[in-house]
Amino acid sequence: MNTPVQRPKLAVWKFASCDGCQLSLLDCEDELLAVADAVEIAYFPEATRREVAGPYDISLVEGSVTTPRDARRIRQVRQSSRTLITIGACATAGGIQALRNFRDVEGFINTVYAHPEYIDTLATSTPIDEHVPVDFELRGCPINKHQLLEVISAYVAGRQPNVPTYSVCEECKRGGNVCVMVAHGTPCLGPVTQAGCGALCPAYNRGCYGCFGPKETPNTAALSGQLGALGMGREELVRFYRNFNAHAEPFRQESERHDK
Amino acid sequence: MSTPAILDRKDFDSLLGALRDRGHEVIGPRVRDGAIVYDTVDTAADLPEGWTDEHEGGHYRLKPRTDKALFGYVVGPTSWKKFLFPPQQTVFRATRVDGQLRFEPGVVDDHPRAFLGVRSCELHALAIQDKVFMAGPYADTTYQQRRESVFIIAVNCVEAGATCFCVSMDTGPAVGAGHDLALTEVINAREHYFLVEAGSNRGAELLAAVPHRGATEQEINAARGGVAQAAESMGRKLETEDIRALLLGNLDHPHWDEVADRCLSCANCTLVCPTCFCSSVEDSTSLDGGEAEHTRHWDSCFNQDFSYIAGGSVRASTASRYRQWLTHKLATWYDQFDSSGCVGCGSCITWCPVGIDITAEVAAIRASDQRRGDR
Repeated sequence: MNTPVQRPKLAVWKFASCDGCQLSLLDCEDELLAVADAVEIAYFPEATRREVAGPYDISLVEGSVTTPRDARRIRQVRQSSRTLITIGACATAGGIQALRNFRDVEGFINTVYAHPEYIDTLATSTPIDEHVPVDFELRGCPINKHQLLEVISAYVAGRQPNVPTYSVCEECKRGGNVCVMVAHGTPCLGPVTQAGCGALCPAYNRGCYGCFGPKETPNTAALSGQLGALGMGREELVRFYRNFNAHAEPFRQESERHDK
Repeated sequence: MSTPAILDRKDFDSLLGALRDRGHEVIGPRVRDGAIVYDTVDTAADLPEGWTDEHEGGHYRLKPRTDKALFGYVVGPTSWKKFLFPPQQTVFRATRVDGQLRFEPGVVDDHPRAFLGVRSCELHALAIQDKVFMAGPYADTTYQQRRESVFIIAVNCVEAGATCFCVSMDTGPAVGAGHDLALTEVINAREHYFLVEAGSNRGAELLAAVPHRGATEQEINAARGGVAQAAESMGRKLETEDIRALLLGNLDHPHWDEVADRCLSCANCTLVCPTCFCSSVEDSTSLDGGEAEHTRHWDSCFNQDFSYIAGGSVRASTASRYRQWLTHKLATWYDQFDSSGCVGCGSCITWCPVGIDITAEVAAIRASDQRRGDR
């Protein structure tokens, strides 16, 4: 075994999330031993009860901040981490639970729970970078395991990760997919969404749901104009942008523009 | 180069068979996912018999025809460039062995291919990419390796699409050069045949190996009439008079910002363009640092990172990126390669999700030309 003497210590933290993104690390079945060789898995409750005390060289943070307790906890995580990398739509944009940001949370609590007084929650679900400085954001709902390996490899090698911020359309065209919007009239968020999934949905003749969040310089207004021409009404447009990345600024603004 | 011959529709499979006998993988049009794409073709039954394509800005639909034409469509969502200039390729791999780096070039898949159904605009695009990749002191040997074994069966257009403007660019619809064989499909209630003309010795040699007969003057005229008809029915027009000076004299025209309001900067136009050739390279390393890979992939002047240098992206605004693309294609391409970079295929218009139209944008600038005095 060619194990380096001093391996970086890796911690994996969970906030409000479904666990799918941190499971992407365990899904790296063929590469898992190489990961364990390259870094010391110091804190990862999903994988092991063994816990090595901080500070940590790399923290992978999954989930959004939805409670006062978590708003405090993320500061402690930041303090004990040399590099903090957020993983997934919850951590980078607030996740699907950020739909609450557009509604009256107090009203929900009073309607849903028999004892609303037991519920201690914030009015919003917010990404980690609204609370502490973040060193790198890895997008996706869930993240792509190859991108996760790329980010970890890059960190270990001390280089920039190759994680492009251009559109999903790039991946469609490179993969030889027929454009679902132009050829079928299917509404698609691909032209305003960041690549990373390998254009999974368009490859199966579905429009993009925007799982990887807004791309660099997204022109959502122009896309909405075309979606309207394809027959989308205002309410549909609002829902179209309010998905796993509803709170991401360009998507939030565009949905609010139609939510009147 | 040769006297025109007639290949009957029923003998079309023997043409494909003759190509295969010579070791070529035949790549031609097929229906997939609601479009006519270029992919491996085994028999004539794989061809889009009885299908056509409807084009408009940001709009494409596969439609049934009333006849059984094999090539009754215009151009598809993919260009031939992906077979010669692949979307992604490994340039080299490096492995660390006993503290030394060992380099190994990427494998080039250069098995012989035959392109079936290449249109005149696409032939011009191939010639442009040949120049880009192979002319000059730094030829791209991987492109060269793939290109050398390609056998080209061109097809003359007898119909034009709504986004076609090859007549404006002087690139069609009649096939001129660069092919081994050129077909013109003639179909009516009584007959269905192809006028075949050889464009090279190996084209003539292939024709000799398949059933054919000499064409009558009437058959030749029927085929030429179809091509003339296509030339008359171009869906778009681009005025190219003085275009280089027009565009370079209007770099601050407000129209660039107007286009940017509509432009998604999604890069689709550049990826479907049969002449766009930009790529980037990136390096990746394995977790243990024992292996590294240097890969090249398609890139686009619409991506921010494409113009990233120390300090940021040179072309930060969408207006500057659109202007870069259009002025390179229609103006500075002349300085660089002695020709226009546009072949009038209309793909960028059809496959732009919001239907931005290169012919309309140039016309808008021409209509409010802001050059002073020097005209």
